[in-house]
Amino acid sequence: MLKFLVRRAVMLILTLFVSSFAIYSAIYVAPGNPIATLTGGRTPSPEAIAVLEERYHLNDPFFVRYFHWLGNAFTGDLGVSIPLRQNVSTLISQRVGTTIQLVLYAAVIIVIVGIGLGVLGGLKRGFVDGIVIVITTIGAAVPSFVAAILLLSLFAVKLGWLPALGGGDGVFDQIKHLTLPAIALAFSAVALVARVTRTSVREELRREHVQTATSRGIPMSLIIRRHVLRNAAIPITTVVGITIASLFAASAIVERAFSLNGIGAYLIQAAASKDMAVVQGITLVIVTVFVVINTIVDVVYAVLDPRVSLGSRAR
Amino acid sequence: MSTVQLAPPATRRRFTIPGLRGTGVVGHVSAAVIALAVLIAAFGESLAPYDPDGTNLSLSFVGPLSDHYLGFDSQGRDLLSRLLTGARSSLLGPAIVVILSILVGTALAIATAWRGGTFDNVVSSGLDVLFAFPAIVLAIMASVVWGAGQTSATIALAVAYTPYIARILRGAALRERAREYVAALEVQGLRASAICVRHIARNLLPLIAAQGAILFGYAIVDLAAISFIGLGVQPPQADWGVMVANGQSGVLQGYPMESLSAGLCIVVVVVAVNLLGERLTDRADEVAR
Amino acid sequence: MSSGTNELLSVQGLAVDLPLAAGLRTVLHDVSFTIGAGEALGLVGESGSGKSMTARAVARLLPPGAVQSGAIHFDGRDVNTLKGPALRGFRGQVAMIFQDPRAHINPVRTIGDFMTEALRTNRRMKRSLAQSAAISMLDEVGISDGALRLRQHPHELSGGLLQRVMIATSLLTEPRLLLADEPTTALDVTTQAEVMAILDELRRDRNMAMLFITHDLELASAVCDRTAVMYAGQIVEQRQSSLLHDDPLHPYTAGLVAARPSIDGSTARLNAIPGRPLSAFEAPAGCAFSDRCAYAESRCTEARPAIRPMFDGLVRCVRAEDLRGELGVTVHG
Repeated sequence: MLKFLVRRAVMLILTLFVSSFAIYSAIYVAPGNPIATLTGGRTPSPEAIAVLEERYHLNDPFFVRYFHWLGNAFTGDLGVSIPLRQNVSTLISQRVGTTIQLVLYAAVIIVIVGIGLGVLGGLKRGFVDGIVIVITTIGAAVPSFVAAILLLSLFAVKLGWLPALGGGDGVFDQIKHLTLPAIALAFSAVALVARVTRTSVREELRREHVQTATSRGIPMSLIIRRHVLRNAAIPITTVVGITIASLFAASAIVERAFSLNGIGAYLIQAAASKDMAVVQGITLVIVTVFVVINTIVDVVYAVLDPRVSLGSRAR
Repeated sequence: MSTVQLAPPATRRRFTIPGLRGTGVVGHVSAAVIALAVLIAAFGESLAPYDPDGTNLSLSFVGPLSDHYLGFDSQGRDLLSRLLTGARSSLLGPAIVVILSILVGTALAIATAWRGGTFDNVVSSGLDVLFAFPAIVLAIMASVVWGAGQTSATIALAVAYTPYIARILRGAALRERAREYVAALEVQGLRASAICVRHIARNLLPLIAAQGAILFGYAIVDLAAISFIGLGVQPPQADWGVMVANGQSGVLQGYPMESLSAGLCIVVVVVAVNLLGERLTDRADEVAR
Repeated sequence: MSSGTNELLSVQGLAVDLPLAAGLRTVLHDVSFTIGAGEALGLVGESGSGKSMTARAVARLLPPGAVQSGAIHFDGRDVNTLKGPALRGFRGQVAMIFQDPRAHINPVRTIGDFMTEALRTNRRMKRSLAQSAAISMLDEVGISDGALRLRQHPHELSGGLLQRVMIATSLLTEPRLLLADEPTTALDVTTQAEVMAILDELRRDRNMAMLFITHDLELASAVCDRTAVMYAGQIVEQRQSSLLHDDPLHPYTAGLVAARPSIDGSTARLNAIPGRPLSAFEAPAGCAFSDRCAYAESRCTEARPAIRPMFDGLVRCVRAEDLRGELGVTVHG
């Protein structure tokens, strides 16, 4: 087990290292003149330019700047936003709370509704299963931003039950404000998780070892819990984990649709205004979260499935 | 072990299109919906009853009229005309994404499966790193590097999907490579490239078709999302993703027609594409067995 | 058939139709037999003959949608009407040993979980008690390091060991009837004999009845008091095991005897039965075996023969009297 964990950790670090390089170099080659941005279009004196170049390390060679950036990133310093002249870390930390709350809220919905629907469809045949199939087929095809529009026009405008835009103040108000965004973010993921759950439950129900348990007179409810759901938990955990990992990126669209002040919406805004340091910083954060969660999923998979030989890579 | 012999199925011949054989009624209906969408994408501009870009602010948010079946958007443009015209960019972009990622992904998959060794390790590791980048993040980075627009969004998505398709097809190509007929062809002295293209790639076609359909659904959603956040197709060009975004102000004022109708177009096409993709996957699984 | 008081299991006129792609198809037809307490009955046939389905019907394990008719009584009680706790109680007295232990044991739970599950759930036995019972039972099937095995997962055990675990587990609940569905077929040839010997010995010690399913006529004869031969969903012959080999009454039985290479002879005498085994719904209108039978006459294809008592046994062949003795000669000729 320890060997497996070390191996996964090394792979994680390598992936993050290469990704960070890709992020930094891609944005580095992007067109744009930081001096012009800094001076707001005015023509500065050569001395002023030299000062600015010194302060923002603009004249250092590429690799020096990259390792400088990466080294600082380890200490939580993601550089300075040139247009805003503020620390990127500060800018991110002001907004990351909203994104985390939104993602967690959506994750809870995905786990409860997605797995619930899937188990229901997997265990019940006929009408109930048919309903689950229809819901998940359509649900999987509804993009988060279309779901956002539907929810907005129904629950915020028509019925007026929930607020339309913004983040809200205080715990209860925040939950109210995040409810529609979280549903929109969870929408197609619920359908995906429900489908995988349904299929896994079906497959496990058909397994021979379930027959063995039946032949031994174990009550059906226990068979479902101890054998069907226990074994189906392996693929379900994987798909839920991967789905939740991807929510951090997907939340950008939902934050935008609901005018929420999270890091996703901020990334879009920074990209539009060519605030390179912010784009690099937020991209690094999102990719790191994505890779770390996927690694955790791999480890959980290995724990849940004793058949996985811990020396090799999962799947 | 009473394996019951299955009797041959009733041999009632049903109408079927060659590429869709074995996909059932659902597959055929889905294909028909997709075909209709493709026709609209091709000819929508000439089908549009009015100028999709003709604004008339006095008609802003005016509801459906007798000859304007869906009414007008915030700037008084005819909605139906914009939906018909917008089909092209909403479907052509995703189609290009799928073609690019399938071409590159299949080539990488077969090459790594065939060569193995260091080449396989290097390429597979590179693709693993690409996996760390969600499609949306890649698209946002591309918009910074190349500027916002449909071209950078299309390239970004093609890059994001390539490792996915390569991973799936590499597994299938490895299984195919291990088959006896490949060894037989090698012994006969057929060139590797000929075996790869004429035999392996060809036998992977059912899987490629299935994965292509699945990716097409993802690409429609992702490209529309990128247009929705303003980094893809640029307004005032008619595009379903752009229209959902453009209609958002109307939604809050109680005029959701533009956003909802464009959203519905996306959902209908994606449902059809997903259903077809599912059937094609089932068929590919059967062929592989 | 008489319903004597020492009958443990009685199956009368069992028929099963399964829902297949092409609709409901008959897989069992007019299957009748009894097993007395402590008695072993062999059920021999090729794949698809319906022998596993018979065991499944007895254990109430038919696939969903199956249509069953006929009567099954266990210890005088109608098995078909059992429900809920009564059905589970019945299953506690009937244990099934499956062909493929690897598929039939949950791969993600430990051997200990598997072995003690029935005891702990249905008998409310304490974990430690159930575990020590499991360990001593493992010792009886020749696994001495039971305490270690209980903590292992199925993939860490060989097929032979796993089947011993399966046998030990089925004996743990002290059932009165064992349904053994080809318990050694999936094992290496070298371990087959060992596992079979363990099963046979433990069953006799405990005086358990057994329905032993196999495609191996010799094995059934060695282990069972009586043997029934199945073909295309029907029992075609049922007799004392010792009689079946030397004095087969049904041409199909004779074919099975001949198809097996005998120990003293050369391979040249290996006679396969022409054609392939059929399922019940594929069988011709008259005698199910008529199209593969070397002795078939026109009357064989006209009506389905009934099973008749004859020479201390039962046989489903209209020419049985004519053919007696001739079959053995042909087989060895």
